[in-house]
Amino acid sequence: MKTLQQRLLTTLIAGALATSAVAAPDGKVKIGVLADMGGTYADLCGPGCVTATQMAIEDFGGQVLGSPIELVTADSQLKPDVASAIARQWVESDNVDTIGGLVSSAVTGAVTQVTNTSKNITLITGSASNSFTTKACSPYIAHWTYNVVALANGTVKSLVKSGKKKWFFITADYAFGHALENVSTGVIKENGGEVVGSVRAPLGTTDFSSYVLQAQSSGADVVALANAGNDTVNALNAAAEFGLTQSMDVAGLLVFTPNAQAMDPATAAGMRLTTGFYWDMDEKTRAWSKRFEERHGAIPSMAHAGAYSATLHYLNAVKAAGTDEPDAVMKQMKATKPEDFFARNAQLRADGRMVHDMLLVEIKPAAERKNKNDIYKIIEVIPADEAYNPMIAECNFSS
Amino acid sequence: MASLFDINLFALFGQLLIGLINGSFYALLSLGLAIIFGLLKIINFAQGAMYMLGAFAALLGMQYLGINYWFALILVPLAVGLVGILMERFLIRRIANEDHLYSLLLTFGLALMLQGIFTHLFGSSGLSYPIPDALKGGTKLPFMYLPNYRAWIILVSVVVCIGTWWMIEKTKLGAYLRAGTENPQLLQAFGINVPLIVTLTFGFGVALAGLAGVMAAPVYSVSPDMGSNILIVVFAIVVIGGMGSIGGAILTGLGMGVIEGLTKYFYPEASTTVIFLVMVIVLLFKPAGLFGKEA
Repeated sequence: MKTLQQRLLTTLIAGALATSAVAAPDGKVKIGVLADMGGTYADLCGPGCVTATQMAIEDFGGQVLGSPIELVTADSQLKPDVASAIARQWVESDNVDTIGGLVSSAVTGAVTQVTNTSKNITLITGSASNSFTTKACSPYIAHWTYNVVALANGTVKSLVKSGKKKWFFITADYAFGHALENVSTGVIKENGGEVVGSVRAPLGTTDFSSYVLQAQSSGADVVALANAGNDTVNALNAAAEFGLTQSMDVAGLLVFTPNAQAMDPATAAGMRLTTGFYWDMDEKTRAWSKRFEERHGAIPSMAHAGAYSATLHYLNAVKAAGTDEPDAVMKQMKATKPEDFFARNAQLRADGRMVHDMLLVEIKPAAERKNKNDIYKIIEVIPADEAYNPMIAECNFSS
Repeated sequence: MASLFDINLFALFGQLLIGLINGSFYALLSLGLAIIFGLLKIINFAQGAMYMLGAFAALLGMQYLGINYWFALILVPLAVGLVGILMERFLIRRIANEDHLYSLLLTFGLALMLQGIFTHLFGSSGLSYPIPDALKGGTKLPFMYLPNYRAWIILVSVVVCIGTWWMIEKTKLGAYLRAGTENPQLLQAFGINVPLIVTLTFGFGVALAGLAGVMAAPVYSVSPDMGSNILIVVFAIVVIGGMGSIGGAILTGLGMGVIEGLTKYFYPEASTTVIFLVMVIVLLFKPAGLFGKEA
């Protein structure tokens, strides 16, 4: 009797495991937004990414394949282990089809390890690392919005070409900062510049004066901040305070609109940066951003706009494919070009990289700002095919 | 080769001075905690949140009430101190006779709530507060450019630290306070209102955090998590300095600033850990801290 029970149990468990290992298409689309709801990056892709995804679902009509589209959300707390557990729960038990949001490359790396195996599509809209379409690529990843290569090809290349040849890096001491510094160094050398020094500051450093002093004595033309969020703002403040900005240029390599708004215009004015989106670019961006601002209370960051664009493109693909089966949906996503207020000259490549026109912008001085949201002047549009890393053969998933 | 050596020596002087500036800021921050933690034996995990509150109060006061930096320097510590007094009177007082861990849990919860509320209201990206006009600019020293505001931080910190130390160690009020923490019942028998002294001391300690917040606002990004980032370091400084030693906290604050500054120059990757390394070593050899008395 006991053995029978045991066998029954084993069979049941085995059965459960077998069905849960790979997501079964059930004809109902359920989207999960996993983002930083209350931490350092909450303004970049947190509740705002939920709002943007919600807007995309509403604009799409609220239902697909004859069923209403469901939205679930969770806080990654910027912890890879927490995010990984949530992702597993979502795809194995809660029938979530696709996971969006995904800010912080460490979190995204942990989540994609789960979803790549379970064959669930991830719509990465907040992370910077280029590894998701190179060494950690997968047929189930769609990396939207930006990456470190696009940042370097925008800001770094334009500055080197304008004659700023000597560079010093203040780098956030974790995977994202290292990747950004490496890629940027490559771009500097390709264009005839050199790196005269670098210093690695731990994440969450409050006082950058020591690093600013080291940068000052390096004799560089440009001090590049390969960090993000409050680190960038604090580093820039220290640079201005210690008089570094009088003799050298400071380049913020990753700046989101909320960060730019947090900077003192007197010190940040004239700083160039690369972004995937700016709300005040044209009629289409303004119209969407106004709707977003009414619901969210702040202008959209590029990650917010990217979350909308990616969700809409995903839903269109589900509709066109007539199924939520991930391989068919991804094939459809790559076959049609995303086109909305965010995606300009865009294409989701076979390696999962969504390439689109990027913007090189300059922070406006206080005198030129009409209101608190009027922060950038667009200098140049960087064409999609120049901005991003070329596709590598191992990641070509076109079948 | 000689000139190269000169440059390095100059760079080192710069780093030492920066270490002293940061150290005086640490001293200011750890002073309040040393009073609350060292004298009252209350583990106040909300001290970082009070520092954050001070910075936000200065910013909001300027935006909505037109209070400038100089008035904020006086008004904000009073307001934050009042928050501390209410906190002590209505919350911490109720668990005064319980294990110390209860005050830790209570104040940690309060800190999380405050941080959550501020993140909800103002976002996580931080806001900027301008340096007051009178303190803009700086002085060119032979080895570095010293911003006036940083010199001002040293000045305020030295005045406040010495003043507080003198008040607690040399005045009658300070003597009551020290006696009250040693033996409250006995002091009460002499007709001194000990609970009132405790409340006011707690309020004063918290007010110091508010002052540090105002001092920090023009140089660091004003953000909801600015307090939680710095709190643990400041706790470590108080532990290294020795429980109950005001002078110990001040000197350790200065010393740790210099050590951290040198680490940032020679091996920046370890700059956030070096203070804890010192703490481990000190606790191994002197469990009561550098200036603490053995219990």
